Amino acid sequence: MRPISNTTLRGLLAAVVLATFAAPLAAQQTPNRSKPPAAGPAPALHLPAIEKLQLSNGLPVWIVEMHEVPVVQVSLVLSTGSADDPPGKFGVASLAMAMLTEGAGSRSALEIADAVDFLGADLDASSGIDSSAVRLHVPAARLAAALPIMADVAQRPTFPADELERQRDDRLTGLLQARDDPPTIAALAFARVLYGPEHRFGTATVGTGTTIAAFTADDLRAFYRSAIRPDNATLLVVGDVTRSTVVPLLESAFGAWRADGPAPAHRTLPTVGERTAREVYIVDKPGAPQSQVRIGSVAVPRSTPDYFPIQVMNTILGGSFSSRLNLNLREEHGYTYGAGSSFDMRAAPGPFAATAGVQTDKTSESLTEFFKELDKISETVPADELARAKNYVALRFPGGFETTADISRRLEELLVYKLPDDYFAKYVQNIQAVSAADVRRVARKYIQTGRFAVVIAGDRATIEPGVKALNLGPIHELSVEDVFGPEPKIGQ
Amino acid sequence: MNYTRTLLVLPWLMAGGSVGAQTPATLPAAATAPMPKLEVDYTSFTLPNGLRVILHEDHSVPVVTVNTWYHVGSAREHTGRTGFAHLFEHLMFMGSGHVRPGEFDEWLESVGGSNNGSTAEDRTNYWINVPSNALELALFLESDRMGYLLDTMTPQTVDAQRDVVKNERRQSYENRPYGQADITLTEMLYPEGHPYHWPVIGYMPDLTAASYEDVVAFFKKYYAPSNASLVVAGDIDTAKTRALVEKWFGDVKAGAQVEPLTVPGVALTGVQRKTLTDRVQLPKLYLAWLTPPHLAPSDAALDVVADVLTGGKNSRLYKRLVYDLQIAQSIDAAQNSQALSSFFVIEAVPRPGHTVDELMKIIDEEIKTLQGAPPTDRELQRSVNGIEASFYNRMERVGGFGGKGDQLNSYYTITGDPDWFNEDLARYRALSPSDVQAAAAAFLPQDRRVELTVVPERSQ
Repeated sequence: MRPISNTTLRGLLAAVVLATFAAPLAAQQTPNRSKPPAAGPAPALHLPAIEKLQLSNGLPVWIVEMHEVPVVQVSLVLSTGSADDPPGKFGVASLAMAMLTEGAGSRSALEIADAVDFLGADLDASSGIDSSAVRLHVPAARLAAALPIMADVAQRPTFPADELERQRDDRLTGLLQARDDPPTIAALAFARVLYGPEHRFGTATVGTGTTIAAFTADDLRAFYRSAIRPDNATLLVVGDVTRSTVVPLLESAFGAWRADGPAPAHRTLPTVGERTAREVYIVDKPGAPQSQVRIGSVAVPRSTPDYFPIQVMNTILGGSFSSRLNLNLREEHGYTYGAGSSFDMRAAPGPFAATAGVQTDKTSESLTEFFKELDKISETVPADELARAKNYVALRFPGGFETTADISRRLEELLVYKLPDDYFAKYVQNIQAVSAADVRRVARKYIQTGRFAVVIAGDRATIEPGVKALNLGPIHELSVEDVFGPEPKIGQ
Repeated sequence: MNYTRTLLVLPWLMAGGSVGAQTPATLPAAATAPMPKLEVDYTSFTLPNGLRVILHEDHSVPVVTVNTWYHVGSAREHTGRTGFAHLFEHLMFMGSGHVRPGEFDEWLESVGGSNNGSTAEDRTNYWINVPSNALELALFLESDRMGYLLDTMTPQTVDAQRDVVKNERRQSYENRPYGQADITLTEMLYPEGHPYHWPVIGYMPDLTAASYEDVVAFFKKYYAPSNASLVVAGDIDTAKTRALVEKWFGDVKAGAQVEPLTVPGVALTGVQRKTLTDRVQLPKLYLAWLTPPHLAPSDAALDVVADVLTGGKNSRLYKRLVYDLQIAQSIDAAQNSQALSSFFVIEAVPRPGHTVDELMKIIDEEIKTLQGAPPTDRELQRSVNGIEASFYNRMERVGGFGGKGDQLNSYYTITGDPDWFNEDLARYRALSPSDVQAAAAAFLPQDRRVELTVVPERSQ
């Protein structure tokens, strides 16, 4: 199969349409399949109304009422995440957030779980890169019963010593098991190669065996004091509630919460120097039937002015099924179940990665095709391909406001990355404004293949000769220990 | 006809009286507050060619889903051609009589649409989600591949997707920790020749052997409109959508009826044991039993048995093995409900320094305890409350896998009634503690089961 150029497509369709006109009787009996039915005018995006208010202690609250389904999503979003982990304490945000549900107020870990499960609710406390959150999803009829538990978890965690030891061993064992999974190995090796061991982004969000082994309850309390406080938080409520009934519940649960001590300062991550040459890194997985490939470099922060052109460019390159990487590596060559690319945007510059799991005996062939497409994206994109990509991104946007969790996540993005109030309203027009020249400009700026790192987790003995013959750059071997650190000691 | 609401929320008691009140630490009273009735309005009709059509309006977002179930899965395959139903599913995206290769995805992406499909033992499902202005394009594409798939099918198309599917197998099974165990488990549970014996993904030599002629025969036998059901759900007008469905699917030719699949009942007569090696750090234990089919008596009770054993921190096995003793890293149980036969499986990974035998001993103790005495009222109610909430959570999305459109088609396929939500939920609400005990006692015998262990390669 080959990509079809615009001219050929239109020409063929015109010919078929003429043929159908010549047979009007047949057209009455059966639908006219000679061309796809045209879509009508795009439906308007009805943005949910966000009601913004404050509780008596100043805690900001955003409410979106949705009454189709009797469920509610409540998220307490904190503007501190793993990126704020201090040097030597990588993983503290992740562990401290997880510990919130291991004991709070008068309840033990088991009592919290029992109460939440009995309500048919989900209560989760976890960290992200740039933020953390306590999230509750609950049937609307049980919101009043669930909120006090959520309030305890956020405001009165007890960090019991025995639960810390249990979490510690769980995490160390999880790190051990991560060594089994080639996509995880490749992703972590890629992060390590791009950012190095000192930068927060070069280490897993859970931390390393060394940091996890060393955390104390005092570390968790220090994180709590600096991050989980009303002057660092916003409460999002999305679902089958009305403002007049829900605000008293929120006031009762969160209105008396007070900040203690000075407000947190956000860590500024060190700048990563640009790579000057292409290098290849192989993590040996003897006997692996596929090679997990990651190709890319440090790219852009979420605040980049190139955000919209990058969305469109990446959609063409590897962000949709009909993207070039997927059509080439999967549909044309059958080397993989799927190939793609992504820009992971964070407050600090995150990585660009082109990704696939390719069959071991086609690893070098796959790399050739990867670089063919990565290089070609810097040439001018044909108009029909550009239009398709823009429509794909823009026209599916309204569908992304369907569930309470969908909307809540979108609000989190607004909050954490301080996006303007009209961000949603202008999204579609911002995508449609992207030109072919914009796409070419950001491709040339960010897809500089001569500076990319190539990370492969695969069967080294089989793949290395072929990879070497491509002359992509120097080849380094990374051991699993280089990626994960020494094997963790568990239960000590 | 014009429906404006999709989920009718009937009046129920608000928990308003308890605002600001202290919530007891152990038993929140509001948990027993009745939930609103689940109701999903639909219109259904059958086209002259036998295609069953179900329409459902939900205007919460301007999105429409076109969801198609073909009542065929890997259970219809034969020895030597395993994996074929799934390979065929891939071919359904490769163009059809009036859609050239690549255009299916290109046209959908051009209107902001997305699509996918999946294959299981008993069915193959497909969905297309589009903004509501592009409904007709989705109906055109879905009907074209239902009616005219073979017009553009070539041996080269089959070859291309054969390679993709082989890589799907490598990625999802061969290169995934413990992936081979999932395949071995059903081989041990079901005898050779039973349609659940082989994996849906198929065996590599069978994928190699699949031919263009197989594709033609399979399409003609199983992809007739009378062997399918179509749901169009979301931001639609029922009357207009009915006319569009009649327009686009009316010319799809009827096919032969598919005979129901009947197989002799299966039973394990003893303990089947096997040990596999894998590139993993820690061993893993699988215990599995053959259990009653989906919706048969005890099927729902076995879902609750799984919850009582491993659902949440307070479940019996999680609490003992992971929480108290801390000799397991993970423990999971599930009733895998299917049309011909189900299986119940417990999966456990020991912590470093501990063994699968230690885990098995305690798992057996806890099963024996549940077989000897009913769970507490709270254990049962906690499980049912969680299941009940999951029914409401599944109302939030209309498209894609597990969306309302997919659920309507699933219920229609299994029961003949698309709106079977309340009946399904009622199965769980009706359970008593002794029902749960009885199901554990009847269907989880220690002397008739599969015991599969995966051990790390390096320990060999």
